[in-house]
Amino acid sequence: MSEEKNQNSGWSRRDMLKGLGGIPIVGSVWWAGATYAGELKREKQSILETLNINASPPPPTGDMSGDPLRIGIIGFGGRGKDLCRASGFATEAWLTRMKAALDTNPNDTRLKDFMAQEDLNVKMTAVCDVFDVHAEEALTSFSKEGNRIRRYRTFEELLNSGQVDAVIIATPDHWHAPIAIAAAEAGVHVYVEKPMTHNIAETYALREAIERSGIVFSVGHQHRQTQSFLTAQDVIKKNILGHVSLIQVNTNRNDDNGAWQYDIHEKASPQTIDWDLFIGNAPSVPFNKEHFFRWRKWWAYGSGLSGDLMTHDYDRINCVLQMGIPKSVVASGGIYTHRDGRNVPDVMQVNMDFPDFSTGSSQAPGKEQGMTLVYSATLGNQFDRTSLLMGHDASMELGNRLTIYADARSTRYAEMLEAKKMDPDVPIYQYDPAADGVDAVTSATAKYFANKGLLWTYRDGKRVDSTFLHIREWLSCIRNGGTPSCGIKEGFEEAITAHMGGLSYKLGRRIDWDGEKIKPIEGYDLDEVLLANVERLV
Amino acid sequence: MNINQYTNGQTWSLILLRIFIGWHFLYEGIIKLYNPGWTAKGYLLSAQGPFRDVFIWLASDDMILPIDMLNIVVLTAVGLLLILGMYTRISALAGMGLLLLYYLSHPAFPGLPQGPAEGSYWLINKNLIEMMALFVLYHFPTSHIFGLNMLFNKRSEASTITSQPLQS
Repeated sequence: MSEEKNQNSGWSRRDMLKGLGGIPIVGSVWWAGATYAGELKREKQSILETLNINASPPPPTGDMSGDPLRIGIIGFGGRGKDLCRASGFATEAWLTRMKAALDTNPNDTRLKDFMAQEDLNVKMTAVCDVFDVHAEEALTSFSKEGNRIRRYRTFEELLNSGQVDAVIIATPDHWHAPIAIAAAEAGVHVYVEKPMTHNIAETYALREAIERSGIVFSVGHQHRQTQSFLTAQDVIKKNILGHVSLIQVNTNRNDDNGAWQYDIHEKASPQTIDWDLFIGNAPSVPFNKEHFFRWRKWWAYGSGLSGDLMTHDYDRINCVLQMGIPKSVVASGGIYTHRDGRNVPDVMQVNMDFPDFSTGSSQAPGKEQGMTLVYSATLGNQFDRTSLLMGHDASMELGNRLTIYADARSTRYAEMLEAKKMDPDVPIYQYDPAADGVDAVTSATAKYFANKGLLWTYRDGKRVDSTFLHIREWLSCIRNGGTPSCGIKEGFEEAITAHMGGLSYKLGRRIDWDGEKIKPIEGYDLDEVLLANVERLV
Repeated sequence: MNINQYTNGQTWSLILLRIFIGWHFLYEGIIKLYNPGWTAKGYLLSAQGPFRDVFIWLASDDMILPIDMLNIVVLTAVGLLLILGMYTRISALAGMGLLLLYYLSHPAFPGLPQGPAEGSYWLINKNLIEMMALFVLYHFPTSHIFGLNMLFNKRSEASTITSQPLQS
């Protein structure tokens, strides 16, 4: 070899091979990597172009300038406090608790999120709560410079005080409609918690009162602000899923708080609680602390799983599909995991049928029509079951994240599946705004809500309380005009559907909707059935 | 130990080890380089162990872009240099540093979730093994036998030889 040496450099051919041998290896690896990455990118691109899903955020709600709006809070319990916080008013106790939480967990962003929350330019001027401790907490926490708050003994006094432009109603269910109707008649704007009403007659009465009054009315289904649901609307509009024949939504909880077994306040007594006012139109019973603090456990004040939690899931789907009231509902279940004297079920399945509804089709016209929405709930297990919309062409998991899988037997994606460009086991689309944030979820119930998009959503990659956005939307409509995303029409559909579920459970039979009203059942007054403070009538 | 005393088998197994590790680094770097959507964010956010908070901080909005860039650059550069046979000792150290960070973000400590892994590990995992292999390469350099270093060495030898007459 040495005789082949280049006299100038002293390199033989063998030297050149050993010296430059790495170059073809680099070339090969580089080529392989670039080719493979390019192929993946092209495949992803072609799927995304096929789907053309638009995940853009909704238009922002209007500005909050002008005179401050004066708000009254009616019902200052757990949810009432949440709603005040979303309006910019946190109690001293909450702030102290959050500071302590931040000390033990630096990732807990709740206090920081609240402090960074936009000022909605409102004053909290009035509170009405039948429990002195609650009302006084509002007075001590919210009386500060620039904000004067007064307590009113009854909601009528509050509504007619001339000191409020709008009210937030977060009472037990049996008080929702009477207060909302009175507010509408007094010309006061209303934000009411779900379910909108407690029985059928007041659902119609409230709709009429709202339509007559012209006030801005919003029902507390804050998930309507969740970004992934807005993306899901686009998925349905573009017929990505094909004909959806079955949807499953679920509640799984396995803790006392989730089963409405709330703490009983040590200061609760007939002296500190206006018991008669709490009872209102419910059957009269002697003072009972458990009924007061754990009212969701009885039909007399609450609405059970169908009114309390199914309404969230129903409205989430109604927000995406706008399918309206089911033609018929069949429910079953029982009190299987918390036999503590309650009379609302803790395991419940509600089948809602929509035989005339279709999300769209990729097959011959007329072949596909009709859909069932199944709500399945237990308060004795917290396995996380996803909300699933099952279409002929694809399935969509819906929560704060949104994931779509092509169906192996899809008509629309048949060619892409055949060409192995789509794999039924690999999502063809995933939307995860939370990928940008680290969330501090503090309890099992909070996680349950967060997964459903009920606690927070994301705007421009930042976590935002969805209740804040919902309150903001309502306030913006009051200031700037417009209709809230969950107004009287949506509230009416939610309430009627919940009542059909409750009726079916109590009567053990199918409940039908004729397009105008719930079909009467001979021998029963349906409102009496719904309000009867017993587990079942049949 | 003088490298000239290696047997052929010892020399070529070290050279192949160097090329294999370089190959692995380069391919990882290139795949990320040609995939604009790639980010280490999810990997960092899922960090476990004593340095979890540091890695989560690295995943923050202000940090993630330079971190992603640095990762791609180091992976690609270490891969290139190991295969080509240039600056292999410093490359081995840089590669070790990167692998140590990977290890520390998801250490194979008992009791910590291991995430998706194709095997079972207790304290030692493949990142640590690859790191040790780089440590071997650091101590047993081979680029003067196979690699660009060899040509540079030869040239300096050649220039020394050709320049001798001039000097004398």
